[in-house]
Amino acid sequence: MCRMSLNETPLPGIGVRRELDIAAGRRIGVVTHRDGQTDLILSDRDDPDACAASVPLTLEEAASLGALLAGPRLVAQLEDEHAELPGITTRQLILPHESPYAGEELGSTRMRTRTGVSIVAVVRAGVTHPSPGPDFLLEGGDLVIVVGTGEGVRQAEKLLAV
Amino acid sequence: MHGTTLALIELGAVLLLLGILGRVAARIGMSPVPLYLLGGLMIGVGGLVVSGVDASGDLHSPVGAIDEFSTLAAEIGVVLLLLTLGLEYSARELMTGLRGSWRAGLLDVALNFTPGAVAGWLLGWGAVGAVVLGGITYISSSGIIAKVLNDLGRVGNRETPVMLSVLVFEDLAMAVYLPLMTALVAGSAILAGLQAVGIALVVVTAVLFTALRFGPQISRLVHSPDQETFLLKVLGLALLVAGVAGALQVSAGVGAFLLGIAVSGAAAKQARSVLEPLRDMFAALFFVLFGMNVDPRTLPPVLLGALALAVVTAATKLLTGYLAARAAGIGVAGRWRTGAALTIRGEFSIVIAGLAVASGSMPPEVSAFATAYVLILAVAGPVLTRSADGFGRRRAALARERADRRAREAGLV
Repeated sequence: MCRMSLNETPLPGIGVRRELDIAAGRRIGVVTHRDGQTDLILSDRDDPDACAASVPLTLEEAASLGALLAGPRLVAQLEDEHAELPGITTRQLILPHESPYAGEELGSTRMRTRTGVSIVAVVRAGVTHPSPGPDFLLEGGDLVIVVGTGEGVRQAEKLLAV
Repeated sequence: MHGTTLALIELGAVLLLLGILGRVAARIGMSPVPLYLLGGLMIGVGGLVVSGVDASGDLHSPVGAIDEFSTLAAEIGVVLLLLTLGLEYSARELMTGLRGSWRAGLLDVALNFTPGAVAGWLLGWGAVGAVVLGGITYISSSGIIAKVLNDLGRVGNRETPVMLSVLVFEDLAMAVYLPLMTALVAGSAILAGLQAVGIALVVVTAVLFTALRFGPQISRLVHSPDQETFLLKVLGLALLVAGVAGALQVSAGVGAFLLGIAVSGAAAKQARSVLEPLRDMFAALFFVLFGMNVDPRTLPPVLLGALALAVVTAATKLLTGYLAARAAGIGVAGRWRTGAALTIRGEFSIVIAGLAVASGSMPPEVSAFATAYVLILAVAGPVLTRSADGFGRRRAALARERADRRAREAGLV
C-alpha cells in the first residue's frame, strides 16, 4: 500500500492529473477537469507516455466505480476478522435502482429479523458508512456489505432484489 | 428602412451565419475560428455577397448599418478573449509554470518569433511590421490546442504538462509583448515602447505579487452569490480596467489580461462560467469583423508567402515541442505529439494582427497575410496533431530497431 506511488500533476488551464504506477507496469488514474468532469485514464502498453484509454465519467459513474474497486478490500478485511468463525459469510451486494428499498430507510428492510443477516457497512460515492443505523436512507447503486450465514445472505439478496 | 431596423436585420443575419458556421465546425470536428474568418471574408468588402456602392462610388460592406456596433463589439471581444485567457491560470500556476518551463519558453521565443520577424522584414513592413509578424508566428492557440487534446483523449498523456507549460509561458510573454507592440505601432519611438514595457513589467509583477499574496481577498471582493450581479460586476470591472489601461498606453487587452490573472480561486471559476458565453459571442464578432475588413482579392498575392511562412513556423514549433519534451524525459512518439500540437495558431495571432491594424500605421496586407496564415495553421495544425501519433510511433519503432541492430552487431564482433 505504501510502496505504491501516487503522482499528482497540475495541468494549467485544464485541471489535475492523479495517477498510480501499478505493478502491471502501467499508469492508471484520473484527470479531474476544472469543470468537474472526470476522465479515467490508462496508459498505453507500447508507449507509456500516451493513453490507451481516456474515458469520461459522470460523477455518479466515477463514485460507483470507486465503490466497486474499494469493495473487495473491505470484504477481505471483514472476512479476515471472521476467519476463526466458521459458517460466517461476508458479501457485497449492489442495491439495484429498482429495488423496493431504494430510497427507503434501512430499518424498513427488517433484514436482521427476517434473514438473520447484518448490514455492517454501506459504500456510497466512494465513502464508506460503517454500521449504518435503522434510519439510514438507502439509495439505488449503494454497495451494501452484509455479514451472516450462507443461507441468510442468499435470503438477503432476494429481499433487496439484487 | 429605418436605421435601427436595418441594423437589427443585419446583426441578426451575421449572428445567424456565425451560428451556422460554428455548427458546421463542430460537425467536422474543427475550431470555429477559421470558419468565422472565412465567413467574414465572404460577407465583407469585396466578398461574395454583393456589396453596395455609396454616393462617392466606393465599395462598402453589405452590413454597413452595424459598422459602429460591430467595431465596439469586436473591441469587447478582444478584451473578453484576453480576460478569459488571464482567468485560465491562477498566479500560482503561472509561477510554477514559469519556474519549470523558462528554458523551453525562451527556446520557443527564439525559434518561433524569429522566422516571423525575418519574414516581416523581407516583406518590407519595417521594424514595427517585423515585431508584429514575429508575434503572430510566435503565439500558439491555447484554445484550439486544449480542445484538440480533449477530442483526441490526450489530456492524460505524459507530454501534456510540457505542452501546457510552454503555453503558460507564451501567455506571460504576451503581457510584455502586447504593450511593446501597441506602443510601437502607435508610432512611438523605441524609447517610449520600452517605457510602456517597463510600466507593463512593473504592473505584471505587482499584479502577480498581489494575486499570490491577497488572492482570496480579491476574489472575495468580486465574488457575488448571485449570477446576475456577478456578471455585471466582472464585466464592468473588466471594461473599466481595459479602458484605463488603453488610456495609459498599456493596451486595453493587457489590462483585461492582468485583471484575469489577479482574480483566482472560486471567483475565477464563476467568472469563467458566466463570461464564456459572452466571450464566445463577442469574439466571434471580432473574428468575423476582422475577416470582413480583409478584401478577398488581396489574399491571392500573399497566399504563397503565408504558406511558406506557415511551413517554416510549423517546422520550428515541431522542433520546439520535440526539444522541450525531450528535456522533460518524454519518449520519441510523445516528442512528436508535443511539437505537432504546438504548431496550431489561432485566435491570438488574429488578436495581434487586429491590434496592429487598428492603429492604421500598418500596410493593409498585414490583415490579409495574418488571415491566410491563421487559416492555414488553424486547419493544418490539428490535422498534423492527429497524425503525429502514428508518425511518432513509427519513428520510435525505427529507432528501437536501429538500436537493436547496433546491439546485435556489437554482440557479433
